[in-house]
Amino acid sequence: MSTPVLSTRGLDKNFGSLVVAKDIEIALPKGVRYALIGPNGAGKTTLINLITGMLQPDVGQIFLGDEEITRLGPEQRVRRGLVRTFQINTLFPNLTALEAVTLAVCERRGDAKTWWRPITAYGEVLDEAYSILTSLLLAPVCNRPTRELAYGQQRLLEIALALATRPKVLLLDEPAAGVPRDESSELFAAITSLSQDITVLFIEHDMNIVFKLASRIIVMVGGRILVEGTPAEIAADPRVREVYLGGAHHG
Amino acid sequence: MAVMSSAVTNPHQFLQAQNRWHWIEVAFWLATLLPFVLTPSYLSLASQIAITALFALSLDLILGYAGIVSLGHAAFFGFGAYTAGLISKWGWGEPLSGLLIAAFSAAVLGYLMSFIIARFRHLTLIMMTLGLGLLLFEVANKASWLTGGADGLQGVHMWPLLGMFRFDLYGYTAYTYALIVLFLLFLLSRRLTNSPFGLALRGIRENLTRMRAIGATSRSHIRTVYTISAAIAGVAGGLLTQTTETVSLGVVDFQRSADVLVILVLGGAGRLYGGLIGAIIFMVARDQFSGINPQYWYFPIGVLLIAVVMFLPNGILGGLARLVASWRSRSQ
Repeated sequence: MSTPVLSTRGLDKNFGSLVVAKDIEIALPKGVRYALIGPNGAGKTTLINLITGMLQPDVGQIFLGDEEITRLGPEQRVRRGLVRTFQINTLFPNLTALEAVTLAVCERRGDAKTWWRPITAYGEVLDEAYSILTSLLLAPVCNRPTRELAYGQQRLLEIALALATRPKVLLLDEPAAGVPRDESSELFAAITSLSQDITVLFIEHDMNIVFKLASRIIVMVGGRILVEGTPAEIAADPRVREVYLGGAHHG
Repeated sequence: MAVMSSAVTNPHQFLQAQNRWHWIEVAFWLATLLPFVLTPSYLSLASQIAITALFALSLDLILGYAGIVSLGHAAFFGFGAYTAGLISKWGWGEPLSGLLIAAFSAAVLGYLMSFIIARFRHLTLIMMTLGLGLLLFEVANKASWLTGGADGLQGVHMWPLLGMFRFDLYGYTAYTYALIVLFLLFLLSRRLTNSPFGLALRGIRENLTRMRAIGATSRSHIRTVYTISAAIAGVAGGLLTQTTETVSLGVVDFQRSADVLVILVLGGAGRLYGGLIGAIIFMVARDQFSGINPQYWYFPIGVLLIAVVMFLPNGILGGLARLVASWRSRSQ
């Protein structure tokens, strides 16, 4: 077994007396689709914030391949291939979709420091940005300001911006949050068609989608990992049933 | 606009069309030559307007593009003004090299301050810029052995421009000089805002969290644009010194920082021409109203400012752009 692409060792995080992450150990091999599930407040988004550097763990280590990245800032992790999307749209409202993706490509290539060459001189950057938008069905609206895009299109743009950074590991925080179920198929088609070189960890509440997309599932409860396994193992696990069925009346 | 732009799907064509010179821009720059013909007795005022416009342009780069609000931008204007004045006072009156030195010294100050600026946002940032501006004012006030303090810097004398054109009483040379410098630095700013770097600045203004999530080097971008902006503000200050051959404490006071912010907001931030239009309106209004009543001329400016921010949140230029857009979509 080769080194996992992303792994953590003994991550702890407390907000005062509230434990939001306790002894988190994960190891994601290359190309695997992981679902991260658990009831509200289980610490799923916190874990993504810890992995991406938006939060610092109190204890523990994070590795990208063989390199320890625990002390690196979020930008440095992105440049090493560890990239996230946001549960709540976190976009550039007044940039067009094309400008936004072009910006992400420029930052990846180190071109964003250049102030003496016009953007139109970067033909291959524009082509790359446009092809990412095309693959996510956003090409027809690429010259519209982001704020004018439909909500579902903005969710797709979240993924487009992440792809423009050429991720090795992609962390999707509820990619379809707020999208009506009958309109979310485009989103999940996009996630399904991601390159097999990319390792994906996604948070999702809809169990049908989780079982359709994920090759492995991590269940979190109260800041801890309860169990990790294949969809079949998770479906059969009595503890998971307890959390989901037993906890259902809490809402 | 939205209707038109979405019809053009080729990304290259669309961006090229955005960056191309519009006929209105050409007309604007041709119109800047009109004072030579129409109002030759107002060329001194015209040169002051060009200098103020350049100062506003420098603020637009950080405020309009990168979203860095500054209440102390006069620090760089004043630093450039005093540098240009002192060089001349100490015996070197050559204007162009003096202006370069003023730009460079303001850039150094801007670069040093940018390390602080890049760390803060929102109210903290505004207070930080305000504090730095006040600090510099008091330094200039206290160091009267160097700056002349409240009496102003005496003994500034400029040599003829390029060894040929003396700074005349009518402001002919002054306006020509200020206008050419303004135009060149405008071209530079226009190039900058159309570059990948300019796009990154707009990204910083729009969403800093998202910039982190695409791996952007936002702090280094902020340091760069702040340094460039400080250099341009320093050039504006240097121009004022050279064309008036005096330096007063007013170049570095809070009023100047506040005025340039008002000018930019009036004209419309984030579109380069906003500061230029704002400077024309503000300076002409000040000239006219202070002729009527020298004490209360800020009253109409205040009314105008309130009206603009209430009804035209993107300034006068933003309002005009919206008008043109709605007129176009109706005529289609």
